Amino acid sequence: MSAALEFRAAIREAIIEEMERDESVVFFGEDVAAEQGGVFAVTPGVQERFGAERVFDTPISELALSGAAFGAAVGGLRPIIEIMFGDFMGLAMDSLVNQSSKYWYLSNEQRSVPLVVRSAVGGGGRFGAIHSQTHATWFQGVPGLKIVFPSSPAEAKGLLKGAIRDDNPVIFLEHKRLYSVKAPAPAAGEVLPLGKARIARAGKDVTIVSAGKGVPDALEAAEQLAVEGVDAEVIDLRTLRPVDLDTVLESVARTNRVLAVEEGPATGGWASGLLGRIAEHGLHDLDDVWLLATDELPIPYSPTLEDAFIPGAGAIATSVRERAGIAVG
Amino acid sequence: MTVDAAVDTEAPTAYLDRYGRMLLIRRFETEMQRLFLKGEVHGTTHLCAGQEAVPVGVCSALEPGDWLAGTYRGHGHALAKGTDPDALIAEMLGRATGVCGGRAGSMNVIDVEHGLVGCFGIVGGSIAAATGAALAAKREGRVAVAMFGDGATNQGYFHECMNFAKVFSLPAVFVCENNFYGEFTPMASVTAGQDIAARAGVFGIPASVVDGNDVWAVREAALEAVQRARSGGGPTLLECQTYRHYGHSKSDPAPYRPPDEVERWLARDPLTIARTRLLESGVAEAELAEVEDATRARMDRAVEAALAAPYPDPATDGATEFAS
Repeated sequence: MSAALEFRAAIREAIIEEMERDESVVFFGEDVAAEQGGVFAVTPGVQERFGAERVFDTPISELALSGAAFGAAVGGLRPIIEIMFGDFMGLAMDSLVNQSSKYWYLSNEQRSVPLVVRSAVGGGGRFGAIHSQTHATWFQGVPGLKIVFPSSPAEAKGLLKGAIRDDNPVIFLEHKRLYSVKAPAPAAGEVLPLGKARIARAGKDVTIVSAGKGVPDALEAAEQLAVEGVDAEVIDLRTLRPVDLDTVLESVARTNRVLAVEEGPATGGWASGLLGRIAEHGLHDLDDVWLLATDELPIPYSPTLEDAFIPGAGAIATSVRERAGIAVG
Repeated sequence: MTVDAAVDTEAPTAYLDRYGRMLLIRRFETEMQRLFLKGEVHGTTHLCAGQEAVPVGVCSALEPGDWLAGTYRGHGHALAKGTDPDALIAEMLGRATGVCGGRAGSMNVIDVEHGLVGCFGIVGGSIAAATGAALAAKREGRVAVAMFGDGATNQGYFHECMNFAKVFSLPAVFVCENNFYGEFTPMASVTAGQDIAARAGVFGIPASVVDGNDVWAVREAALEAVQRARSGGGPTLLECQTYRHYGHSKSDPAPYRPPDEVERWLARDPLTIARTRLLESGVAEAELAEVEDATRARMDRAVEAALAAPYPDPATDGATEFAS
């Protein structure tokens, strides 16, 4: 068994290893080079290691830093930037939606934009409505972008290494409630390809699909359900865009039931989009298909409201029981 | 301002070449106007006739490998940076032989080979693109130039990137083509302080107001700014005052501009200014005529070739969403 690795350390290790491997990788954002390594203490010491030319703190200027990351990528660098909270991506949208994502196509494939945009996302931290969102949904309809949402330390490290090596703009989501999770480290040098899902738990009765924090939640729910005789399969999408539909369809062909769990509203979310595609391509395999998402409301602050708002392990297990008509003793 | 030695030591024909390049841009825009009315150019297009001296003067101060980011009024930016006129006109016509294979169109031209980061359809987008290109260029002793209009100086991009570029002493040159109108609205009525160059002062960035219709003046200012950038002195803002001969876009006959203002600026046509000065400096009328005939013939050939070129075929376009 390999040594335990904390999620935030996994991110840091991936950045360091890729910066050591490739001189063109640079890293900048707000407070990322400071001694404490950002507000979530993810990248301490990285600047000391690589110097201020490659790792630096920027002004609080999301327009400038995301726009500059785009231009720098065209100019031959491979920037990793941190947009501190995913909610701040509203300010960085032009660079990603109008420039970075379209460059490969519009230029007639003269050049691509290798760029990684890291952000802390997700609720449960009592940060309120505008420091808790998961912005993956905002970018679902933007061809040319990849969206990665790791579920564990090992996944985070392998996927971030894959994202940095990818020649396309990648939005990389780090769930706040995963930063302190410790779990076995991946094999040395492991790089995970983007666009490939994994079966996190094999099962035969129902498929639960999620990403990020939703995966450990679904795994915990599956353990609860197993006690009651329901054998759930859990799929970790890893990449929300492009989505690995084949892995999901293969699972659904075996279980005939699929639940998608998204920490965000159903309307316009990745989960509702995925269910639509499952219905389009796997209708004859389906006995049931549904989703568990949040209310169509901003994320609340008060602990009682926020805890009830976010679909955690208990809510996932309850949803499966209700849908399957299992009475709870 | 001191004049760089390069101005005095360059070949005597250099300004004749610059006149030719300005003329090429003017001919290009004239052809665009004509082809648009014939239905060969689609959507909309933003012509830069009247503003040719700015990109030609600026690009004359650059070296191969330097970057330039232009705007949606960018035909002149591309042609000044070295984009092949054949490929550019074909792009406007949506043909497969276009510089972007017909995928980009008038507002989004990209030509990496010639150092054109792109032309940006979002006002101010070029400023961020050039700021980022400068970040990469710094490693290689290169320089990146942002072209933008007066309207962009009220965008967040302008203020954030001026600060960003100065803080990191990036080799960037910010070139504002102040044509005094943001779309249909007079610059003065929507710009607090009404002084674009002065905005650089608070960032500690050197700035100057330049006669944007005088290619000599533009080149001189650009040489100093590029030299500063390349030698580690950080960014410069040049406010090049100029005027567009046409309206904002194809749907705009520009009725909002006072006729006497238009007349005043037409009398200061950058081509007329350049031609007069070349004659005064001893260039023969016949030499000018030769350049003018050659430029006309060059554009005629480009248009003819573009009109004969095929449209991209959706069945064989073979676009891929991602680079791999």
